[in-house]
Amino acid sequence: MTVPKVRQHPEHLEWVGKSIPRVEDPKFLRGRGNYIDDYEVPNMLEVAVARSTMAHAKILSIDTSAAEAVPGVVAIVTSENVADHVNPNPDFGPSPERHTWHCLAVDKVRYMGEGIAAVAATSRAVAEDAAELIEVEYAPLEPLTDMHEALEDDAPLVHEALGSNIPFQRNFVFGDVEGDFAAADVIVRDTLRWGRSGGQPLETVGAVADYDAATGMMTIHANSLTLTHFLFTMANTLRVPSNKLDIHPHPAGGSFGAKFWEVKTAIIAGMMARVTGRPVKFLQDRLDNIANGDHHGSDRYYEVELAARSDGTMLSVRYKVVDNYGAYIQFGVGQHGNSLAQAIGPYRMNSLQYDLTAVLTNKCQQGAYRGFGSEVGNWILERMVDLLAAELDMDPVELRRKNFIGPEEFPYFIPTGNVYDSGDYEAVLAKTLELFDYEGWRRRQAEMRAEGRHVGIGVCTCQERSVFSATEFWFWFDEPVAAPVTSAPESVTLRVDPMGAVTATLYSNASWGNSAETMVAQFVAEELGVHPEDVTIVYGGTSQGMPATGPGGSRFTIMASGAVEGAAQKIRAKAAKIAAHLLEANEDDLVWEDGGFVVRGSPDRRKELAEISLAAHMFKHSLPEEIETGLEAAHVQDHPYTTMPNPERTDLGVFYPFVGHASHMVVVEVDPETGRVEFLDYTAVHDCGTVVNPRSVGGQVIGGTVQGLGTTLYEEFLYDADGVLRTPSFAEYLIPSALDSPTLRVGHNETPSPYTPYGIKGGGEAGRMMAPSAICAAIDDALGIRIRRLPATPERIVEMVDAKD
Amino acid sequence: MSTHEINVTVNGAAASASVEARRSLVDFLRHDLGLVGTHVGCEQGACGACTVLLDGRSVRSCIMFAVQADGGDIQTVESLAPGADLHPLQEAFRRHQGLQCGFCTPGMLLRSLELINANPELSPEEAREGISSNMCRCTGYQYIVDAVLDAAAEMRGDTAGGDTASGDTASDGEEG
Repeated sequence: MTVPKVRQHPEHLEWVGKSIPRVEDPKFLRGRGNYIDDYEVPNMLEVAVARSTMAHAKILSIDTSAAEAVPGVVAIVTSENVADHVNPNPDFGPSPERHTWHCLAVDKVRYMGEGIAAVAATSRAVAEDAAELIEVEYAPLEPLTDMHEALEDDAPLVHEALGSNIPFQRNFVFGDVEGDFAAADVIVRDTLRWGRSGGQPLETVGAVADYDAATGMMTIHANSLTLTHFLFTMANTLRVPSNKLDIHPHPAGGSFGAKFWEVKTAIIAGMMARVTGRPVKFLQDRLDNIANGDHHGSDRYYEVELAARSDGTMLSVRYKVVDNYGAYIQFGVGQHGNSLAQAIGPYRMNSLQYDLTAVLTNKCQQGAYRGFGSEVGNWILERMVDLLAAELDMDPVELRRKNFIGPEEFPYFIPTGNVYDSGDYEAVLAKTLELFDYEGWRRRQAEMRAEGRHVGIGVCTCQERSVFSATEFWFWFDEPVAAPVTSAPESVTLRVDPMGAVTATLYSNASWGNSAETMVAQFVAEELGVHPEDVTIVYGGTSQGMPATGPGGSRFTIMASGAVEGAAQKIRAKAAKIAAHLLEANEDDLVWEDGGFVVRGSPDRRKELAEISLAAHMFKHSLPEEIETGLEAAHVQDHPYTTMPNPERTDLGVFYPFVGHASHMVVVEVDPETGRVEFLDYTAVHDCGTVVNPRSVGGQVIGGTVQGLGTTLYEEFLYDADGVLRTPSFAEYLIPSALDSPTLRVGHNETPSPYTPYGIKGGGEAGRMMAPSAICAAIDDALGIRIRRLPATPERIVEMVDAKD
Repeated sequence: MSTHEINVTVNGAAASASVEARRSLVDFLRHDLGLVGTHVGCEQGACGACTVLLDGRSVRSCIMFAVQADGGDIQTVESLAPGADLHPLQEAFRRHQGLQCGFCTPGMLLRSLELINANPELSPEEAREGISSNMCRCTGYQYIVDAVLDAAAEMRGDTAGGDTASGDTASDGEEG
């Protein structure tokens, strides 16, 4: 694909841009959300999974006799026979055969909490009772949780077949890094550590599976399978033909990435349904979700160098990163593709180096968490920019402004090959400074400091890439690429019924808190002239489905807008033929206006969509011969802007092209005795192109920011040296409460994308991608310290203060 | 496992049942009575997704046994809008987009109702502190606080709810 054509966006929009109340809310407000645990079928069994109590151990034997004797237990599958029932799980990682991943541990356990047996019983309580009676004899192996130890020659091996603990290592160089560093007047260096946190939605992952031996059909209802067009790979795992697997999506009670593609739960449910011949529900409990949910976030150690001239002009950046993936690596190193999509931030730099080492250890594996790794990259770069500002004694705002890519420089190709489609970073900064009253806060800060208060101000200016292309996943393979996938589609079907009422069918697990139904309803309203609340939204199962990728990487709103636009165009094209016939007019003389066709210059000669649709459905023989009955159209929206990586991987092509921007400014007061951080003010201005529903974007920004606050101050999946998970519940894994959360001022700037319908860019992940940078800078400023490790818990803040004194 | 006869009032209707001693109140509501609006998030009383009102006071139905509710008057989210119209509190949550995924919402609504009933003139600080009992992983709480305050005003007859949620339609709309 070459560069897509630049769009002319309509000047007037009827529905896009309005904060209409969300169309999905009435069902949620009534407690009728149809979440996966609300779904039950007759004769259904429930599953509980017995989990490993060891971090790393050979499984010597498993005794299920006591568990089998519990009344109500129907079947048990264990590590010893799981491979008789299912194939390994789908795995996008490099060389999956060298770190094989099953739905239950095989031969040995690789982290505390890994499943060793699945028990199906007449109730969840009985299944849990039985699971506790399963006796496992282990031969303990040396546990490995530290990523640096994992790199040592004599380290215990997580996967013997891999021969090391390094599934991927490569040093990417983009542009003339050596030359740019040689030309630098100043180079700032630091080591930084991003701790492991995760989405932890309040609803866990679940699935209800039903296998029909008569037809061979495996039907699975699930809340976590959104990469719909890859679900054929799960059919292989379950040993059913791909056309005998039918997945039905349920709204997710929160995801934040954690329900992007969580296949293990559905596979266990499917396996147990086949073994028992009965429908089976498996719903994780909170411990399953934290310890064994396959969706921990990034866990990285960086050595970074930023090169600049003495006037503050940034030249180049070198990242050396080690990422602790845990026991498996299901998405390969895709989290680093996200970092590479925007690795120079909003700053004009001509080169960068990215030396990446992935390691495996005895932790739960990583998955997706809001930002998918790019949030880490933002924090790293912003930490370095703050360090450079300190080194040059420049105001952190001025240093950033000086290096911004200018509004006239777009589309801007960054050294990795990705493109930033459009932007106006100066405008975002100016709006933030104004909303926040930066000068005023600097004055008040001086006054408060004079009173002995520890008040700090932090600023960040960061990117949000949106809409990944499948080619992102090429960079960790050499040519020829093992699976050179280029498709990342999203589909919608629109049906106009005889009364003119519109139903939109979605084909991914689209609803996970992201206002997916409201977005689609607003687009349908815009395109077909109906009211958004009159649009019915339904979900298609995969067996009748169309290609879809779902939300993730801030893609759904843009992709759905294109899918609706395309389907609506097809509907209008057919409607125009019918209207021309009904109006006895030439089709070329018809104009689409306010939900109907009108003859140009004759406003009284008009046919509404409902009239046209009634004719289309009911009066076949009053219409021209070639018009088929009905008014329905489907459209597959493929990725709007993808170019191929080069074989040497010195140019990764365009793979994440719609790039938003944001600035956060925050004031904190910190108690140096206790490490408590109090928010005095918080302003966030985001530019995600044309805003579809400002209130919804505001909600995403605020919610994402509070998640970022949790990442910064509290949240961590903490494993000790023995591999024991020290944060197995919400009593230890602390997510922010209302009292921990600031009240934000939110502003929107709108720099439309030239390549998407209406000019939309993704915005769903942005808050979390900015907040850690701004909050850390503010805490540093308050206490005269430098945060180099997240989370900066109260204990760690006090330690930093003590170390300074 | 011993079983016990319990008699409760749920959303205004009498219900009698024989429950296992270990049956949690939320499992009783969801599985025995089919009231699936009450959600289970953590099963340890930390998140508040399972919040219901028992004799007008909020309780965590995941860490309470059904037998402990014997003789009690239970109110779940299903009671708020029995007919076509949403409760003013639900309307306020909708107007302000005080929900995203909707999973914490039933518990948050019942906790908010308890707060407003106890103090119809609650301040923003009191609303924020009051809902800090319940986790929301989506919204960052701000629009929930907005909704609770607006609902309180409407329920005591001060305003007609207003259109605050649509006050930021401008491209550079400011919120908060």
